[in-house]
Amino acid sequence: MKIIVCIKQVPNTTEIKIDPVTNTLKRDGVPSIINPDDKAALEVALQLKENCGAHVDVVTMGPQQAEVALREALAMGADNAYLLTDRAFAGSDTLATSTIIASAIKKLGADVVLCGRQAIDGDTAQVGPQIAEHLDIPQVTYASQVDYVDGALVVKRQFEDRYQTLRVATPCLVTVLSSAYKPRYMNVADIVAQDQKQVEAITFNDVVVNPEDIGLKGSPTKVKSTATKQFDKQIATYELGAEEAAKLIVDTLKQKHLI
Amino acid sequence: MAKNIFVFCEQRDGEIQSVALELLGVAKQLATVSGEQVCALLLGSNVADKASQLVAYGADVVYVVDDVNLAQFVTEPYTQAITQIAREYQPNAMLFGATSIGRDLAPRLSARLKTGLTADCTQLEIDQDGNLFMTRPAFGGNLFATIVCPEHKPQMSTVRPGVMKMMEPDYNRQGEVVSKTIAWDKSKFVVEVVEEVKEVQTVEKIEEAKLLVSCGRGVKDLTEAQNLATKLGGTVSASRCLVDAGMVDHNRQVGQTGKTVRPQVYFAFGISGAIQHLAGMEESEYIVAVNTDKSAPIFKVANLGIVADAQAVIKQLNKLI
Ligand SMILES: Cc1cc2nc3c(=O)[nH]c(=O)nc-3n(C[C@H](O)[C@H](O)[C@H](O)COP(=O)(O)OP(=O)(O)OC[C@H]3O[C@@H](n4cnc5c(N)ncnc54)[C@H](O)[C@@H]3O)c2cc1C
Ligand SMILES: Cc1cc2nc3c(=O)[nH]c(=O)nc-3n(C[C@H](O)[C@H](O)[C@H](O)COP(=O)(O)OP(=O)(O)OC[C@H]3O[C@@H](n4cnc5c(N)ncnc54)[C@H](O)[C@@H]3O)c2cc1C
Repeated sequence: MKIIVCIKQVPNTTEIKIDPVTNTLKRDGVPSIINPDDKAALEVALQLKENCGAHVDVVTMGPQQAEVALREALAMGADNAYLLTDRAFAGSDTLATSTIIASAIKKLGADVVLCGRQAIDGDTAQVGPQIAEHLDIPQVTYASQVDYVDGALVVKRQFEDRYQTLRVATPCLVTVLSSAYKPRYMNVADIVAQDQKQVEAITFNDVVVNPEDIGLKGSPTKVKSTATKQFDKQIATYELGAEEAAKLIVDTLKQKHLI
Repeated sequence: MAKNIFVFCEQRDGEIQSVALELLGVAKQLATVSGEQVCALLLGSNVADKASQLVAYGADVVYVVDDVNLAQFVTEPYTQAITQIAREYQPNAMLFGATSIGRDLAPRLSARLKTGLTADCTQLEIDQDGNLFMTRPAFGGNLFATIVCPEHKPQMSTVRPGVMKMMEPDYNRQGEVVSKTIAWDKSKFVVEVVEEVKEVQTVEKIEEAKLLVSCGRGVKDLTEAQNLATKLGGTVSASRCLVDAGMVDHNRQVGQTGKTVRPQVYFAFGISGAIQHLAGMEESEYIVAVNTDKSAPIFKVANLGIVADAQAVIKQLNKLI
């Protein structure tokens, strides 16, 4: 069984702060990490590798420095790593991103594609299902458990109020929740071994994809404008009766879309 | 030409989910500006009788697909049904709740229909030509982006539950109900539901909760606080005082010797705000503090501070929500 895990290098958004003066994101010095859900997806793949001898490749699309994320994945035990990088890929929205990643998966071939449920920067959770559609394979999202039983995957699929146990034949795509799997640490042998390994670059010329469908031009959605969260420096303290206090709290939280 | 605003009306076990009614409410507002109709998509098995509810909440037309293949949510049959309807009626826009169903279904559909999708919107606007402006948080809520999808139809978005306002229902409203049959491609039905189990979530980790109702020595009785947390979809946490007093389990303690939390909303009821407590919660997105002592240090980190009796405020909140 061949597994491809899609990993994304992301800024650690829990460390992103807003500059109260310029009201912009302070990204300097914010470390890049493997997206947490993707690390859990890699852990699923590595457990399947141990339990039933799967071959595990990792793929990322991003700039050259995303190689760091791939090297970490190799040091955790992945077999091969591929970096999808090309200026033609830049500016892609989720549909264009999924088109590019799917074209690479087609080239490499996979029985199982694993993604994270959601990337913590873009936060859309759309790339996984869109890759599955481009590959014309079934998807299971929000997975909290993945096992390989009698030639099929058995997946526990979470909803807000229930779960389903699903049986899906390969080829298929599963998106994994980080809360379910604790990723292993890099191990010394693999850290040494990854040094010898190549991270293979895949560029526009290596994949079959219509240039009209990728990059900024191939992206149906456009970011029209951005704004940072209003910096709430103004601390307000009110002396109120319980009834007015409750009303003020509810109104404020609703207005801020917090409840 | 692409026309009208379509709303996927999510139901579970035949119950229309409130996010669907919220979407009908916002769709109605948008459709008034763009001069379009609101079209509800009602998919499921034995759900046709729910169409009148959707009309009451703002749908002008309800397309019903009542079919055993839709009894449980599975991506492919739902995708096939909506694809067929979208190809037939050419919607201008299509809205989904940003739930674990909507966020599975909508991206699959967007790729099949080859159009754009905006995720987890908290604000929607439209112009007279029907162009949608979809605003959404990204980067863990630190940034808001307004997204457009100018050249592809339908313009699709998932919308965060609890944000949009539903209309007052009007059961005298008139609407058209259209029943559709789908030409299934069953060769694609390859995901088998082995079991489906409903869960009531009780104990959850306070580090993972989006909302915490945290109580300190100023709160004497936790039942009302517990109620409030349940109503708001959050959970109860506490200062060390209540943990030491045996009122709350240690795994719910916030602070230096407890857990570090960063919920979207942190209520501090009757908590003084000792430095060891602040260490565990000051990174919360929005802090509401209620304390009788105007000079309590907790007010220094609160976004909204109220000098009042905590127990009474909790009680009033429970009445309001
Ligand atoms: C502020 C802002 C808002 C945006 N809003 C939208 C929007 O509403 N709609 C839209 O279509 N685009 C949007 N984009 C563009 C989108 O963020 C990018 O296309 C991004 O590359 C992929 O989306 P994501 O980060 O949300 O990934 P998700 O869809 O959340 O990622 C899910 C999983 O897919 C895999 N994956 C995702 N990206 C990669 C990658 N580069 N390499 C390998 N695997 C990957 C990972 O396994 C990941 O866990 C937005 C961009 C910005 C900056
Ligand atoms: C090494 C060390 C580690 C510690 N670790 C932690 C930790 O992890 N977490 C932690 O929480 N503490 C910790 N503490 C204890 C900490 O110093 C405080 O003692 C504790 O946080 C106080 O809890 P409290 O705010 O509930 O109680 P108090 O400090 O007694 O405050 C009670 C507050 O309630 C208000 N109040 C009273 N009645 C009402 C009413 N009716 N309505 C509204 N408000 C009212 C009062 O004005 C007061 O501000 C630690 C201490 C040490 C020394």
